[in-house]
Amino acid sequence: MSVGPSVTHVISDAITRAHHEEWARVVASLAKRFGDLDIAEEAAAEAFATAVERWPADGIPPNPGGWLTTTATRKAIDRIRREKKRDDKYREALLVTDDTPLESVGAIDDERLRLLFTCCHPALALEARVAMTLRMVGGLTVPEIARAFLVQEGAMARRITRAKDKIREAGIPFRMPSAGDLPVRVDGVLTVLFLVFNEGYLATGPDTDPVRAELTAEAIRLTRLIRTLLPRDGEVAGMLALMLLTEARRPARLSSSGELVTLDEQDRGAWDAALIHEGHQLVRERLNSGELPGRYQVLAAINAVHTSARDIRDTDWSQVVALYDQLVGLDPSPIVALNRAVAVAELDGPAVALASIDRLEGALTGYHPYHATRADLLRRLGRSAESRAAYDRAIELSGNTAESAYLTRRRDQLG
Amino acid sequence: MQYLMSVFGPTELSEFGSYPDRESMVQAMADTEAFNNTLQANGHWVYANGLASATSSTVVDGRVDPPVVTDGPYLESKEYLGGFWIIEATDLDQALELAAQGSKACRGKVEVRPFQSMPE
Repeated sequence: MSVGPSVTHVISDAITRAHHEEWARVVASLAKRFGDLDIAEEAAAEAFATAVERWPADGIPPNPGGWLTTTATRKAIDRIRREKKRDDKYREALLVTDDTPLESVGAIDDERLRLLFTCCHPALALEARVAMTLRMVGGLTVPEIARAFLVQEGAMARRITRAKDKIREAGIPFRMPSAGDLPVRVDGVLTVLFLVFNEGYLATGPDTDPVRAELTAEAIRLTRLIRTLLPRDGEVAGMLALMLLTEARRPARLSSSGELVTLDEQDRGAWDAALIHEGHQLVRERLNSGELPGRYQVLAAINAVHTSARDIRDTDWSQVVALYDQLVGLDPSPIVALNRAVAVAELDGPAVALASIDRLEGALTGYHPYHATRADLLRRLGRSAESRAAYDRAIELSGNTAESAYLTRRRDQLG
Repeated sequence: MQYLMSVFGPTELSEFGSYPDRESMVQAMADTEAFNNTLQANGHWVYANGLASATSSTVVDGRVDPPVVTDGPYLESKEYLGGFWIIEATDLDQALELAAQGSKACRGKVEVRPFQSMPE
């Protein structure tokens, strides 16, 4: 039959979609029911493997999520029966679950949210939180996560196993944080997702593509998920807006020769208008809430100003600087001060900006954007020799190939 | 679950222990006692005590005959175990909350470590 390939296509699409939509739910519901992440992960993986085997022959079930959960539950029960004979003691150590009502914290009671908080628990090392989130919530395979962070597969598998062991042995609970802990814990989750997003937006190593859309897309997908689960959280909305407004510029961010294109030189016609529209809506929604914004909301607002200008010359720099002033109040880190200086250069000139970043030297000497910013300001002030030295330092510290190419061209254009 | 909450302190102790002066030592001891009373009242208490200085320890190797006795401590370090609690908590989140209170009371960082398996 000539319909063969298209049927195969439809089924593989259905499996991909089910994986995106149902993986976290299957893992989370099994984790809640059986109190063990290892069993939940393995059974979910087996259920999806069974779907790949069976759906082409049996057809797509009417309720793919239900089918996957039922199949995974059977697999988990099989494994528990096998292990019960072997090791009763292991079964004693279960994830602790409880059913505290959640109305008070403005969260939707969803097992996926518990799963996310467990994976991003502050008692785990940051790199373990990232790996666990991508595996358990995102459904990425161990080889995919290993590739994303340039780690050997074996090392990544061990990292995940160690994290699961710690969750079990140390009694990290599978439940919602208390209302008092919630803001800190949500911030912890956002930190992990932002790290994934940034690794996609500007890869740190020279051995991968400079911009990796699969990671930015995954981070956005997971942030959308948290937004549906924590609809009242302003920082979650801010983070989603920030990611969308950054992602919108991705098509204009690399030149045909693979060089990084900075904001002032980007073809704004290539920006993704739908993402910008959605990001602006979120920013407006937060402004209208009347609540004091957190740092991600302010960052999103800064990006909203940038993406509102049809030309770099139309940018409302005084608004950008005012927002940075607000951000400095929330996050007095030297990196924020550096980014503020970039906007100050547009408003008050490069000399004022340069004076404001000189005092950051000590804190940011190993941070390549510091040297790149300084190089650009010195260039604009006609101080070519110092500018060249700063470009050299920035190139030396930058691991991203597209960024190195851009910095090298800029340096070589100096008079 | 049961957890060990350890407090580490400097090797060299002044006459006020690891505290800068008598007043802060007295205050920390009073706060720690109050914390211990809360642990007992809320059913978290298993055991707690402070240790004498690490230089007073002795290491014994009984795997050989006769046992070998040497001057301690076992590991060379800048900081040594100064005291500990053993607590009962429902999960790590509760243990971390208690550790934060204990740390504040005794003015030291607290390491929280689970025991291997559940009691009984």
